[in-house]
Amino acid sequence: MNNKNFIGFLAVFLCLLPLIGVKGYPLHIVITILIWSFAYTGWSIMGRFGLVSLGHGAFMAMGGYITALLWNYFGMSPWLGIPIALTITGILALIVAYPCFKFRIVGHYFALVTLALSEVVRQVIIATRDYTGGSLGYTPEPHGEGWSIYAIQFPDDRMVFLYIAVFTWLVGIIIWKIIDGSMSRYALEAISEDEDASSAIGVKVTKEKLKITILSAVMTAFAGALYCQYQMFISPDTIGGVGISLQIVFAVVVGGIYSALGPTVGAIITLFLAEILRISIGTATVNLTENLTINAAGFPLFIYGIMLIGFIIFLPKGIVGGLSDFISKKGETSLNAKSSNAK
Amino acid sequence: MAEFLDSLFSIFFIETLMNGLLLGGILALLSVGLNLIFGVIDVVWICYAEIIMVGMYLIFYLNNDLGIHIIPSMIAGILFSGLVGWLTHKLVIAKLIDAAPINQLIATGGLLFFFQGAAMIVFGIEFRNMGVSLGSLAVNEDIYLSWTRLISFAISGLIVVALYLFLSRSYLGAAIRAISQDKEIMSLMGVDTKKLYLLTSAIGGALAGLGGCLLVLQYDVHPFIGLSFGPITFIICVMGGLGNMVGGFIAAFIFSELITIGGYFAEIEWGYVLAFVFFIIMMFVRPEGLFARKS
Repeated sequence: MNNKNFIGFLAVFLCLLPLIGVKGYPLHIVITILIWSFAYTGWSIMGRFGLVSLGHGAFMAMGGYITALLWNYFGMSPWLGIPIALTITGILALIVAYPCFKFRIVGHYFALVTLALSEVVRQVIIATRDYTGGSLGYTPEPHGEGWSIYAIQFPDDRMVFLYIAVFTWLVGIIIWKIIDGSMSRYALEAISEDEDASSAIGVKVTKEKLKITILSAVMTAFAGALYCQYQMFISPDTIGGVGISLQIVFAVVVGGIYSALGPTVGAIITLFLAEILRISIGTATVNLTENLTINAAGFPLFIYGIMLIGFIIFLPKGIVGGLSDFISKKGETSLNAKSSNAK
Repeated sequence: MAEFLDSLFSIFFIETLMNGLLLGGILALLSVGLNLIFGVIDVVWICYAEIIMVGMYLIFYLNNDLGIHIIPSMIAGILFSGLVGWLTHKLVIAKLIDAAPINQLIATGGLLFFFQGAAMIVFGIEFRNMGVSLGSLAVNEDIYLSWTRLISFAISGLIVVALYLFLSRSYLGAAIRAISQDKEIMSLMGVDTKKLYLLTSAIGGALAGLGGCLLVLQYDVHPFIGLSFGPITFIICVMGGLGNMVGGFIAAFIFSELITIGGYFAEIEWGYVLAFVFFIIMMFVRPEGLFARKS
C-alpha cells in the first residue's frame, strides 16, 4: 500500500462525504476526529523523540482562549486573532522550554515541569473568571446571523468546517512527513539516545529541541483555536488542563507514536470508543444502595485506562506501528528501539 | 481608621499563615509516599493522588453507608490503599521495569484514568461529604483553627517522623535506602529487589491511604479530586529533589504558604498559579531540586 496515495485518497474521500449525503452527526464526528488528529500529530512530532510533554493541554487552551478573547473584547477577527494566539503560545513554549533544555531537564522531570504548565494555564483561566467564564466555559460571540467568513463562524453548516478540518489534517500529516525526512529527525533521535554524544558530534541540542517544541506547541494551539471556532464553546476542562494533556498522550500511544497516521488512528479509536460507549450504555445509573450506583458514564475512562496500560506493556508502538511491524515482520517491540520507522 | 484596618489585616494574615502551615502538614504527608516510591523504584506514579481518592472513597463508604466506626474504616482504607499500591507495582510497573522511564509514567497515567473511571462507575460524579465536624480551636478571640486540620497536621508530622526513623534505623529501611542508591549492586549482594520494590509500593500506597484518611475529614470526595491534589504533590516532590524526603517536607510548607498567601490577597486559584510559577522558575534556577546536595 503506497502511503502517500492512501492519505491523498483518504483526504479526497473525506471531502466527498457531504456530496454523498453524509451530514449532521456523522459529519460532526469526522470533523472532531480531524481536529483532534491535528492536535495529536502536533504532540507526536516531539513525543516520538522522547520529549514527553504533559503541557499540551496548556497550549491547546491558549490557542482557543486567546482567539476567543480577542474576538469578544477587541472585535479582532480570528484571521488576525489566530496568528496572534499562535505567536503568544509559541513565545510561552519558548520561555518554558528554553531553560528546560538549557539545564538538561529531561525524562520525567520534563514531563512534570510541563504538567505544572498545564495547571498554571488552567488555574489562570479559572481565576480570571470575570473575563473568561472560569470553569463554566466560554463562548465566542456570534457575528450576526448565519455565515461569517470574517469571524470564521459557520453555524448550522458543517461542510465548510469539514474542508477546513481536512485541509488542516493534511497539513499536519505533511509536517510529520517533512520532519520524518529531515536532518532534524536524525539529530533528535541522536539526542534522545545520548545528549552528550550527539552534542560532541556537532548536533545543536538545545536549538533542535526548541525548534520541534515550538512547532509542536503552535500546532496544538491551532487545533485549540479551530476547535473553539467549530464548537463555539470552550472550557478549561474540554481543551485544557492535565486531563486533556493526558488524553493527548493516550491517543497517540494507542494509535502509534512512530507513524504518520498513528495520531489519526488514536483519535478515531478514542472518539469512537467514547461515542459507542455513550450511545450503547449511555449515562444510565442503577442504584444498588444509597451511595453505590452503577454509573455508566464512567466506563469510557475505565476502559481508556486499561487500554493505555495494555498498549504501553504489550504494544508500545501503537496500533499502526504494531500493524506495520506485523506486515513487515520486523518484530521489534521496544519503544526505545527506534526501528526504521513505521511508514 | 487606618489603625483598625492595620490590625484587621495582620490578624487575618496571621491566621492565613497558620492555615498555610496546617495545609503544609497534609501536603508533606501526601508527597512523602510518592517521594519514597520515586527514590527507591525510580518511577513517578502519576496516579498517586488517585490512590488517595480510592482510600477516601472506601473510608466514606464503610463509614457512611455501612455505618462502621470511623477508626476501623480508616484502617481498612489504609490497608486497601496499600494493597492498591502493591498491585500497581505487581501488575503494571514490574512489567515495565526495563522500559523507558517515560513509559512507566504513561502507564500510571493509564491507571489514573482507570481509577477515575472506576470511581465514577461505583459512586457517580456527585460530591460526597462525611459531614464530620470537630469544631475549631480558638487561639485567641480572633484566630480560629479547625480541629480537623490541627489533628491532620499532628498525624502527618508523626508519620513523617516515623517513616524517617523506619528508614534510618530499621534493617528493612536500610535495605530500602541502599537499593535507592544502587540497584545493580544490591541485587548482586543477594537482595531480592523485586520483594523490596513490592514492599515499598505497598508502603507508598498505605501512605496515600493515610493521606486519604486526613483529606476525607476536610474535603468532599469526588472522582476528580486527584486532579486537584496530584499536580501540587508532584511539584513538591520535584522541588524537594525527587527522592529527597527532607527536601520534600520543607518544599511542602513553602508551597502551602504560597498557596494560602496567594489566596489571601486574591482568589485561591492565584495562590496555585503563584505556586506553580514559582516551581517553574525554581526548576530553572535549581533543576536538581531546592535542597539537592551539589555533587
